[in-house]
Amino acid sequence: NIKEIGPGVEPLASKMAGADSDDSLYPIAVLIDELRNEDVQLRLNSIKKLSTIALALGVERTRTELLPFLTDTIYDEDEVLLALAEQLGNFTMLVGGPEYVHCLLPPLESLATVEETVVRDKAVESLRKISHEHSPVDLEVHFEPLVKRLASGDWFTSRTSACGLFSVCYPRVSSTVKAEIRQHFRTLCSDDTPMVRRAAASKLGEFAKVLELEYVKSDIISLFTALASDEQDSVRLLAVEAGVSIATLLPQEDLEALVMPTLRQAAEDKSWRVRYMVADKFSDLQKAVGPEITKNDLVPAFQNLLKDCEAEVRAAAANKVKEFCENLPEDSRETIIMTHILPCVKELVSDTNQHVKSALASVIMGLSTILGKDNTIEHLLPLFLAQLKDECPEVRLNIISNLDCVNEVIGIRQLSQSLLPAIVELAEDAKWRVRLAIIEYMPLLAGQLGVEFFDEKLNSLCMAWLVDHVYAIREAATCNLMKLVEKFGAEWAQNTIVPKVLGMANDPNYLHRMTTLFCINALSEVCGQEITTKHMLPVVFKMSNDQVANVRFNVAKSLQKIGPVLDSNCLQTEVKPVLEKLASDQDMDVKYFAQEAISVLSLA
Amino acid sequence: MSSASTTPPSVDKVDGFSRKSVRKAKQKRSQSSSQFRSQGKPIELTPLPLLKDVSAQEQPELFLKKLQQCCAVFDFMDTLSDLKMKEYKRSTLNELVDYVTVSRGYLTEQAYPEVVKMVSYNIFRTLPPSDSNEFDPEEDEPTLEASWPHLQLVYEFFIRFLESQEFQPSIAKKYIDQKFVLQLLELFDSEDPRERDYLKTVLHRIYGKFLGLRAFIRKQINNIFLRFVYETEHFNGVAELLEILGSIINGFALPLKAEHKQFLVKVLIPLHTVRSLSLFHAQLAYCIVQFLEKDPALTEPVIRGLLKFWPKTCSQKEVMYLGELEEILDVIEPTQFVKIQEPLFKQISKCVSSPHFQVAERALYYWNNEYIMSLIEENSNVILPIMFTSLYRISKEHWNPAIVALVYNVLKAFMEMNSTLFDELTSTYKSDRQREKKKEKEREELWKRLEDLELKRSLQSDGIIPT
Repeated sequence: NIKEIGPGVEPLASKMAGADSDDSLYPIAVLIDELRNEDVQLRLNSIKKLSTIALALGVERTRTELLPFLTDTIYDEDEVLLALAEQLGNFTMLVGGPEYVHCLLPPLESLATVEETVVRDKAVESLRKISHEHSPVDLEVHFEPLVKRLASGDWFTSRTSACGLFSVCYPRVSSTVKAEIRQHFRTLCSDDTPMVRRAAASKLGEFAKVLELEYVKSDIISLFTALASDEQDSVRLLAVEAGVSIATLLPQEDLEALVMPTLRQAAEDKSWRVRYMVADKFSDLQKAVGPEITKNDLVPAFQNLLKDCEAEVRAAAANKVKEFCENLPEDSRETIIMTHILPCVKELVSDTNQHVKSALASVIMGLSTILGKDNTIEHLLPLFLAQLKDECPEVRLNIISNLDCVNEVIGIRQLSQSLLPAIVELAEDAKWRVRLAIIEYMPLLAGQLGVEFFDEKLNSLCMAWLVDHVYAIREAATCNLMKLVEKFGAEWAQNTIVPKVLGMANDPNYLHRMTTLFCINALSEVCGQEITTKHMLPVVFKMSNDQVANVRFNVAKSLQKIGPVLDSNCLQTEVKPVLEKLASDQDMDVKYFAQEAISVLSLA
Repeated sequence: MSSASTTPPSVDKVDGFSRKSVRKAKQKRSQSSSQFRSQGKPIELTPLPLLKDVSAQEQPELFLKKLQQCCAVFDFMDTLSDLKMKEYKRSTLNELVDYVTVSRGYLTEQAYPEVVKMVSYNIFRTLPPSDSNEFDPEEDEPTLEASWPHLQLVYEFFIRFLESQEFQPSIAKKYIDQKFVLQLLELFDSEDPRERDYLKTVLHRIYGKFLGLRAFIRKQINNIFLRFVYETEHFNGVAELLEILGSIINGFALPLKAEHKQFLVKVLIPLHTVRSLSLFHAQLAYCIVQFLEKDPALTEPVIRGLLKFWPKTCSQKEVMYLGELEEILDVIEPTQFVKIQEPLFKQISKCVSSPHFQVAERALYYWNNEYIMSLIEENSNVILPIMFTSLYRISKEHWNPAIVALVYNVLKAFMEMNSTLFDELTSTYKSDRQREKKKEKEREELWKRLEDLELKRSLQSDGIIPT
């Protein structure tokens, strides 16, 4: 599938070789052989090092020999083409600088027409990159004609690629050429293939940004309106995003007439995908249209989205509740939230769909800072409490993970009574991922609830996780202990957790015994030399006689791990003999790890 | 790794902990179509007399009235609402199905727009979001359409209508137009396999009866496939659409138009790259073979296309590709075979030496196919040198004894086919390997020199070389 290189190349290469003594070592044929190696992986490697090849050839031969070869061999595996497209975006210096950058256009043009989306996108990205390196003249002579060719290509791929190139050349060309570019973009917006219309719709906002305001009003608005009422919902939903960008460009007085009718229609589109998009972009939209339109239009639209018949849409809207409320105009913020938003939020708390509830739970706590202490206690607290009791663990988790917002406003004590049962239940959830998630919030909770509350209510949970039947939980529990000690200090550790951890060393289950070792690994550094030497080390030594080999080699690993915490005397007189004994163990793994520890601790 | 089995304590079981997690049984899900804000007040329909109870002259008028009544769409997620009316509509639809099947002279010109309207009101809707984000049609139960009790009858009615002897496409084409077809095609994404099955029949009938819509339908299917391959990788009805295309391709006139060839190369071949290939591979392979039976000259681009997209990491797909290739080789013309044999057998040689034994086995099965064997025999001077290295190496190295046995048979077959060449290859095997190693070393040296050069230059002219 690789084109043969013509016989004319060899003499040309040798003829030019004389100019630079370095180059004579690298006749192009040898290099090109590398680029068309039969093995795809080797070909790919060579393409990834294309800059090295170009460097060996020098700028002139890169332009006259390498690039034409690359342009002709565009038919290859997509992976190779992707690498090529990427390389060419960084090739300007290798072809002789901005003066010659247009030499890179032919291969990139071909790459911009291939079927595979990732290749095409990369080619467009590289073209956009090198467009900035073109002089205004080169842009008109070389770059813009390429865009035009792509825009009028037969197959949809080239037209799709063209959509991404208009905005980079538009600002730097003459007004006649500008008019042509606008015309081409218009044509693509009403292309026969939905793929092209989607590409155009997704670039509409970007293109609008580089256009003069008069053309935004005359051209872009009509394109936006047309795309937003396309027969395919996949096109309409892309127009929503463009609408947001366009709204930021227009003066306030034009918004109502030019974009609002279309956006209102999108918020009530019959396809849930379009409504979802509106919900998803709601905060951007809000910022773009300003406070007046927000009050009159967006508030009712947002209420509808929160009540949408599709859960997907409600969840997307629920995600935006906090941001939307935050960005409401200050003078009417509280009234709007209390009379319009909060009633919808209350309904969502008991939504039938767990994704909706969980989306809400991830932001609802943020409302307390906006509404202040009294409103929070009166209106939000009942909702938090309801969500803390939700049947879906995700919802409870999201509430717990955002406790810090409430803590600032009303203090966590208000919640602690309900918090505890929720935490206990999550701590014992049947799904280990849920247990894992709650463990991760423990240090944060401990900090907010204080050491007393923790010792009384939560400590036993933390210890229970150490004997969980899932390894990931035991591991997280170990790490959790370390973070707790960082918070509460070594003395607390010695009094509350170290005895319990060390007690497990006598457990009949070898996995529990190993957990002791893992805890020691995690705790020795935060607990410091004294506790480690006095309390932990003797236990570790004792375990070196365990019957289970897994425990014994973990002893070796632990000694290696805690070695740096110990003083050198202890290492020499106590640790060394134990490791030496383990190094002559009958189990090969125990031997291996003991020897490793000896060498790492330099005890040999 | 040491194991716990060396310890006597009986509490230490193999994993030390009992397994608590029990997988919950999956429940069947059903979902209603996304009828945006259709809910509201209860629907009231006034019962009408049965069609068979009125005179023949009155029937067309009553038929229209019943069609209009059936435009009312009910909410099936609410299992308690409108029970009586739902039942009434169901029985009316049943009556309409029977009526269009047996009656004569019912199909007045006024009936066409009403039929199409009733069908449109009922079937055209935005499909609901899929319940699971990553819906895997092989693993997950499909979400079934809740309104199926009505929907099924509407489809049934529409098909009988299209198949009715009185049906006149020349009148219907005013109503069954491009927009109608476009909406119909979108429904093929339905998760409910029952609905897709009906849609298949409907689209097939429309393609058959409306000549003016054929090119449009093909183009839109093109767009659906291209979007599926290059944008979303998600569309539930690919297999059904391919099945229809299979019969469409069958009817293509010769010589094939450029449009059709383009469809083969630019749409059908890339469809092989999709992750969910196994769900529609049989239908896809059928379409490909149909094309090749129409025009054998397409063999080369097709095989080159498959080789280009050959799976690199998915052995399951590789087996499917090999199966499809065998189907193609079954119908290949010897002149076409010669054009493609080199790249083809380079790939087969790679498959034969795949460490995945199913891939190796599937490839080696080619040697059980008499027609393929005859082609290989005719061209053994080209194929044997390509295959020899792999076969020779596997016969010594492959982990799976069944594969080694198969390879021995293949080597034996080659030996019988062309013993001179076989002996020659055996004797040069070692020196060839050495030559390859030497070449490999030269490559490494070349790159090392090139990299030294790069380093030297970048030191000389700081900043010019992009990193």
